[in-house]
Amino acid sequence: MEFINLGNIGLIIGFLLIIVGFWGVLTQKNIIKIIIGFSILNTGINLLIVSLGYVKGKTAPIIDATIATEGNYNVADKIVDPVPQALVLTAIVIGFGITALMLAYAMKLYKAKKSLEINKFNDLKW
Amino acid sequence: MNSELLYIIIAIVLGIVSLALSFVAMLNKKLSVAVIAAGVVSLFASVLYILMSAPDVAMTEASIGSGLSTLIFFYVLNKIKRSNA
Amino acid sequence: MLKNTLMTLVLLVMAYLFYGLYDGYELRDSLSGISEHFATKGAEEVGAANLVTAVVVTYRGFDTLGEVTILFLTASIIAFFLKLKDEDFEKTIEHRDTSELLETASKILIPVIFLFGIYVFINGHLTPGGGFQGGAIIATGVALMILANPNIKLNYNVIHWVESISGVSFVIIGILGILLAGGFLDNKIIGLGKFGELFSAGAIPIIYSFVGLKVGAEISNILNKYQKSQKEL
Repeated sequence: MEFINLGNIGLIIGFLLIIVGFWGVLTQKNIIKIIIGFSILNTGINLLIVSLGYVKGKTAPIIDATIATEGNYNVADKIVDPVPQALVLTAIVIGFGITALMLAYAMKLYKAKKSLEINKFNDLKW
Repeated sequence: MNSELLYIIIAIVLGIVSLALSFVAMLNKKLSVAVIAAGVVSLFASVLYILMSAPDVAMTEASIGSGLSTLIFFYVLNKIKRSNA
Repeated sequence: MLKNTLMTLVLLVMAYLFYGLYDGYELRDSLSGISEHFATKGAEEVGAANLVTAVVVTYRGFDTLGEVTILFLTASIIAFFLKLKDEDFEKTIEHRDTSELLETASKILIPVIFLFGIYVFINGHLTPGGGFQGGAIIATGVALMILANPNIKLNYNVIHWVESISGVSFVIIGILGILLAGGFLDNKIIGLGKFGELFSAGAIPIIYSFVGLKVGAEISNILNKYQKSQKEL
């Protein structure tokens, strides 16, 4: 029972979501489906990084009256790791930007060939 | 200890459902169903962040990853549908 | 057939590597070195109750500046790609009548949503939330506005000026940190104040408000471009 805890569960879900997303990116033929695969991959990686920062039984990294007293703000043994959370915070916003950019490209590609099948775009194939 | 066990059960259920939904997103023929499924995977991930005591990340994921991304996907789907008709 | 075999092989190798990583993982019961420093000294060095905000705005401030730059670049490229032709510009979008519910709700809810977004990024150093979340909430309000009236003309000038002024002010506050305090984006250019109050943590509320306005303006801009691109067929 030692290995059933929130950190390990988050890690397993993150790894499986990454594999599903990567499989989708490799096998799908529709460009929109490929972009959805990328967005699932993105969610999986974020989940992975947050679970790496989880410390068993600790609370959120916000200093308030429940974990600190006036004048003593040392909370090192009461909170989870704040650094992975800060990284993921910016990563999510960048992920949104990347998704929007890929969708703009997809719209342009659709205008060029009137199709979203990736096999039709073989102009540079040799 | 009791609430810890409850959190673990919720996390396992959410994980299984979100994995199933990620397969739906990849295998379903209808694009709108796939987009919604990916949005729900994102939403469940934000609940998992709350369980792992990361409220800041959960807020960002719920509003950006699950709300605005899905909206933009639907703009593109709508445009493609209109230019087909 | 060869393609499928290769793909399965790649995924299996990936799964094997992930299994190795998972096997070597042990749930931690204490913080790592740098995080322990943030948790121990963060309150007196930065003065923000929310340690994630302290890391995002001050300890890793450069990261945030680069992130905001990437978002600006993305918005510019999207605006370039979805540029309308002149003859499409005057067209109106044919749409079904928006329901009474959506129209009335948008009138009442939009100011409240904007107010909530502003509350979230001004209180970023005390409660969960901050510039990115607040900006996203403001963009959600703009999205509701667009959905209620698809032919609405948003004021480009306001969006562009808000975005430019917030970006420049962010960098100017960073440079003031070099002149008046310890380094780029140091928050001690004004006094830290009393811990846990609204006007505390030095420049963090000001910086995070600019980040929030900038992110909100950029995401609204992206949404608006996608909406306008529906005009051309």
